Parts: sequence; structure tokens; C-alpha cells
Amino acid sequence: MSQESDTLQDGGGSVRIVTAPIDVARVIASVAGPESGAISVFLGTVREESLGQRVLFLEYEAYLPMAEHELRAIVRLLPVEFGPSRVAIEHRLGRLEIGETSVAIAVASPHRRVAIAACAEAIERVKKTVPIWKKEHFEGGAVWIEGDARSPAVRGGVVAGGGGRDRD
Amino acid sequence: MVRVVYFASLRDRAGSASTEEVVPPGATAASLWEAIRSRPAFQGVASRPGFAVNGAWAGPDAVLVDGDELGLLPAVSGG
Repeated sequence: MSQESDTLQDGGGSVRIVTAPIDVARVIASVAGPESGAISVFLGTVREESLGQRVLFLEYEAYLPMAEHELRAIVRLLPVEFGPSRVAIEHRLGRLEIGETSVAIAVASPHRRVAIAACAEAIERVKKTVPIWKKEHFEGGAVWIEGDARSPAVRGGVVAGGGGRDRD
Repeated sequence: MVRVVYFASLRDRAGSASTEEVVPPGATAASLWEAIRSRPAFQGVASRPGFAVNGAWAGPDAVLVDGDELGLLPAVSGG
């Protein structure tokens, strides 16, 4: 997972899938402009706990380029549905440590209500429609998070009878 | 041949990121998934994954033709 997409402009908005740390200030700057009266920002960050278990780190993977296409659809549709606005979404893949930013969303609009509502809807859509998955690593194991379900993950991707390769 | 790509726990089960599958005429996303699910490595998969054909969300009845790519997508968990 070494893919690092170029910034893709879409109706004044942009999407980016990266493996390096997200520069939140740059994401905000990408939507800012003289017509903006408000910029709403959402950051998803890596929590140290999941269902009572201590999380060591997370791993994110994506289906590319579909994930970029789905992000672009969100960026394109929100201004149509919520009103004049410019949306930027940046999602990180690979290994993320506790406290790091996994996703940054910035929405600029002439008016705060549009910015706040569109930003809230953006993260909901990311979590429903964009083919990205997280794996939670704990002491002694890991699980894939798949919607509301949790599936034990196979360390190194090797399963009985499979021609697995070590991904770590 | 249809290229099937696996993600998250389904890739762990497949043991690789993708496989090449021969499909009969008229095969659909759901019918190919059922064939894959019958293999030992996929025993116990609780729910049907989402489908993507050539990189776009597709319904279970989407018809597959040679050269297509079928993504088997567990419920997503980005963000």
C-alpha cells in the first residue's frame, strides 16, 4: 500500500488518499477563499481503546482507485445538496499510531450552517460508501472492523491452505 | 476469466489479494460469490459482502463477463 494519489480537483473541492501523515493546515487551506465565511473541519483520530480493549495501532487499507472515485462523488454532491461550499477530504492508509489523524475533512462556505451540515454529512458518507477498512491491533491479535462486525485478522495474511504473503 | 479482488477479512481467507475465476455465461456477482463461499477457506462467513464491478458499487444481479473485475467488499470501516 504505497499509493499516494495526486490531489484531484472536483468542482473546486479535492480528495486525496495518502500514506504520509495528513497536513491538516494544508487541507483547510485548500478550501479557504475570500468567499468563505466559515470553514468546518472534521478529524478522525486513532483512539487507544476499542470495546474495552487497549489498541496498539491501526492499519487502514483501501480499494483503489474506487475509494478515490467514491470520495470524489461525496465532494461533488455535497455542494449540490447543501448549498454553496467547497469540500476537501484526505484519508490516510497504512499503519497509524494512537492519536494520529486518519481522515481530515474541511468544508468552506459563505455561511456556517452549510459548512457544518455538509461536513457532518461528509464523514457519514465516508463511513458508509468509501471502500476503506481498518484493522485494530491488540496485544496478541488483530481484528478487521467491517461495519458493525469484527472479524479476527490473520497475522501476516497467511491462512491454512492459502498462498498467503506476509504483509507486515 | 473474471478477476476477483478481496479485502479485509476476505483477503485473509483467500490468502491472496486476487484470484482469476472462470465463470459460466450469465454469471452474476452473487452467483460467483456463492461459488467462492462454498470453498473451505470461506466456511463461516456470516454475511454477504458488498459487490463492486470494475470499481463501482454493483448489485447482486450484476452480470459478469470475461475481463471484469469483481470486488468483494466487506462492510466498510474507514474514517
